[in-house]
Amino acid sequence: MRNTTRRLGVALAACAALVAACSSSTTSGGGSSTAPPKMEPLSALGNGEGQLNLVAWPGYAEDGSNDPKVDWVTPFEQKTGCKVNVKIGNTSDEMVQLMRTGQYDGVSASGDATLRLIYAGDVAPVNTELVPGYDTISAFLKDKPWNSVAGQMYGIPHGWGANLLMYNTDVVKNAPDTWGAVFPGAAEFKGKVTAYDSPIYIADAALYLSKTKPELGIKDPYSLTSDQLNASVDLLKEQHANIGEYWSDYTKAVQAFESGTSVIGTTWQVIANMLTSDDKVKIATVLPKEGSTGWSDTWMVSSKAKNPNCMYKWMDWITSPEINAQVAEYFGEAPAQTKACEFTSDKNFCATYHATDAAYAEKISYWTTPQKQCVDGSGDNCTAYSEWVDKWQQIKG
Amino acid sequence: MAADQGVSRRVRLAFLLVPPLAWLVVAYLGSLGVLLLSAFWSTDAFTGAVVRSYTSDNIVRVLTDAVFRTATLRTIGIALSVTVICIVLAVPLALYMAKVASPRVRLALVVAVTTPLWASYLVKAYAWRMLLSPEGPLHWAAGYTPGYGLIATVLTLAYLWLPYMVIPVFAAFERVPNALIDASADLGAAETTTLRTIVAPLVFPGIAAGSIFTFSLSMGDYIAVTIVGGKTQMLGNIIYGQLVTANNQPLAAALSLIPLTAIVLYLLAMRRTGALENV
Repeated sequence: MRNTTRRLGVALAACAALVAACSSSTTSGGGSSTAPPKMEPLSALGNGEGQLNLVAWPGYAEDGSNDPKVDWVTPFEQKTGCKVNVKIGNTSDEMVQLMRTGQYDGVSASGDATLRLIYAGDVAPVNTELVPGYDTISAFLKDKPWNSVAGQMYGIPHGWGANLLMYNTDVVKNAPDTWGAVFPGAAEFKGKVTAYDSPIYIADAALYLSKTKPELGIKDPYSLTSDQLNASVDLLKEQHANIGEYWSDYTKAVQAFESGTSVIGTTWQVIANMLTSDDKVKIATVLPKEGSTGWSDTWMVSSKAKNPNCMYKWMDWITSPEINAQVAEYFGEAPAQTKACEFTSDKNFCATYHATDAAYAEKISYWTTPQKQCVDGSGDNCTAYSEWVDKWQQIKG
Repeated sequence: MAADQGVSRRVRLAFLLVPPLAWLVVAYLGSLGVLLLSAFWSTDAFTGAVVRSYTSDNIVRVLTDAVFRTATLRTIGIALSVTVICIVLAVPLALYMAKVASPRVRLALVVAVTTPLWASYLVKAYAWRMLLSPEGPLHWAAGYTPGYGLIATVLTLAYLWLPYMVIPVFAAFERVPNALIDASADLGAAETTTLRTIVAPLVFPGIAAGSIFTFSLSMGDYIAVTIVGGKTQMLGNIIYGQLVTANNQPLAAALSLIPLTAIVLYLLAMRRTGALENV
C-alpha cells in the first residue's frame, strides 16, 4: 500500500513537472498598463479571405437559425464570399477570454471589455477610412475613452443602450423616478427586488451615491477609490437583504417579472419590450433622474486576425444603415449609424431609443473596466476590476 | 515456445491496460496536478495574465476569507441535506421495489426512477423554477411555496440526484437473500429486528455508494442554484466567478481544493465505516 502511494506520488509529480515545463514555454501576454502595445492598423483593404470567425453578443450576428426572418449573415456571405462562424459570448468576461485564444477575427465588445482587450494587445487599432459608413455614425460615440486611446479608434461603434429602472405598475404604484427606489426604498418591496448579477453593477450604486452623497466625491462610477468602493458596497449589502434574485440571463429576468418573483429593478430595453409584447404583466420603465449606467458596443479586430479583410467588410456591413437598423430593432438598442433611422420598420424606433439624442446619451455612464489607473484620468489610486469581483462575492455572501 | 506465449500475453495485456491507465494518469491526475500547481501562482492585476512565480497568498486567502468560509459551510450543508433527503426517500422505495413489488411493478418502478435521467438537467431545473414560483402550481395546489432560495436549491438537487441513490440501494436490497430474512423470522425475530440486524448491515454499502454520488454531485453543482437559488451562492459559483469573471485562475484553483478536500474526507469517512470494502 505504502509503495503504491509513493509510486503514485512520483507519477503525479512527473506529470505536473511535464505540464509545467510545457506551459511555461508559452509567453504570458500583457505588460504595462500605461500604454497599449504599438500596432499599425490595416492600411488598405484587400480581397476577402473567404472566412470570418466572430465572437458576438446573442442577437448581433443572426443567420436565420433562430428566426428565419432574422438573417443578415447570409446576405453578407453571398455579397463578400466570407463564410461567417459565430461564437456567442454571454458575458464581457467570457468574450475577453475567447479573444485571448487568438482564434477569432473580431468581437462585439462592450466598454467593460474593450480596454482590457486594447491594453493586453488582443485587438488592433482600426483604420476608420476603410469603413465608409463610419462618417455618419453618431458623433457622440466616436473617440470615447472606451473605444479609443489617444485619438486612435480601436473599433467601429455598433449600438448603445441604457440600463433602465423597470417596475410592475400593479404593485409599484407611485411611479418612481429615482434609483433610490431600489436602494433605500427597496425595503418596501422586500424579497421582490432584482439586480444585475455582475460586479459591474457596483457602478449603479456608485452612480446613485455620486448624486445623493456628494461628500464622498464620486465623479465617475467606474473610477472609485477604496473608500468610495466600500461605500457603494455597503449600499449594495443593504440592498441584498431586500433582493429576491439577481439576473444575468435576460430570459430569466423576463420570466421573473411575469411570475411576480421580481417587481422592481434594473433592466434592459429588450427585456421591457419582451414583457410588453407578452402582455402578462403591466410594467413601466424610466431613466431615473440620477442618470444611468449603460453599454456601448464596438466591433473590434483581433490583433492576430487571420481574416482581417473579411472583418473590415463585416464592420462596414453591420454598421451600414439598413443592416444596423435590423440589428438594433432585433436586439432593442439605439443604432450607432444615424442613417439607420430611415430604415427601421417601426418609424418611431429611433425616437423611442433616443438614438440621435446626444443629451440623452450624455446621461449614461457607459460600462468601462475599472482600473488602478483611474479611467477618468483623476489619478492612480482607483480600485481595479478584480477588487470589484471580490467585493461582489462578499455582497452576495 | 512457452516464453513466447508469455511475451505475447504480456503485450496483449499492455495493449488492453495502457489506454485507460494513460487516460487516468495524464488526463485525470495530470489535470489535478496542474490545478494544485496553479493554486500557487498569481495574476497580473490589469491584463489578468497568469504570472508563474510561487506565492502562497491564494491558499492563505482561501483559508482566512470569511466569504469563502460561509460559502463552504453553506455548500457542505446543502450537500449533506440533499444526501439525507435522498436516503430517506430511496431506502423505503428500494426496499419495496426489491422485496415487495411484483416483477411487473418492479420493472415499472425501475423505469420510473431512471426515466428522468433521460431529460436534460436544465429542463428539470427550470421545471422546478416554474413549480416553485410565487404563483406557480405548488402555490396553487398547496397554498404555500418556499420561493427561490436555499430550500428550493436543496429540493431541486435532491430531485436531480435521487436516481443515483435509488439504484445502488435497490441493487443492495436485491442481493440480500430472502432465505436470510425467512430464517430470521423462523428464529422468532420481529420484522423490525430483522431489518435492523440482518438487512441494514447488508444494505449499508449500497447507501454509502449512493451517498458518495449525491454528496459529490451536490458539492460541485453551481447551475441549479442560479436557477432556483434566488440570491444564494454556492462554492461553485464563487469558483466560476473567480475563474471566468475575475479571470483569476490561480485563486479559482486554490478555491477548488475545498470541494476536493471535502470529497476526499467524505470518502475516507465512508471507508472507515467499512462500507467500501465489498461494494
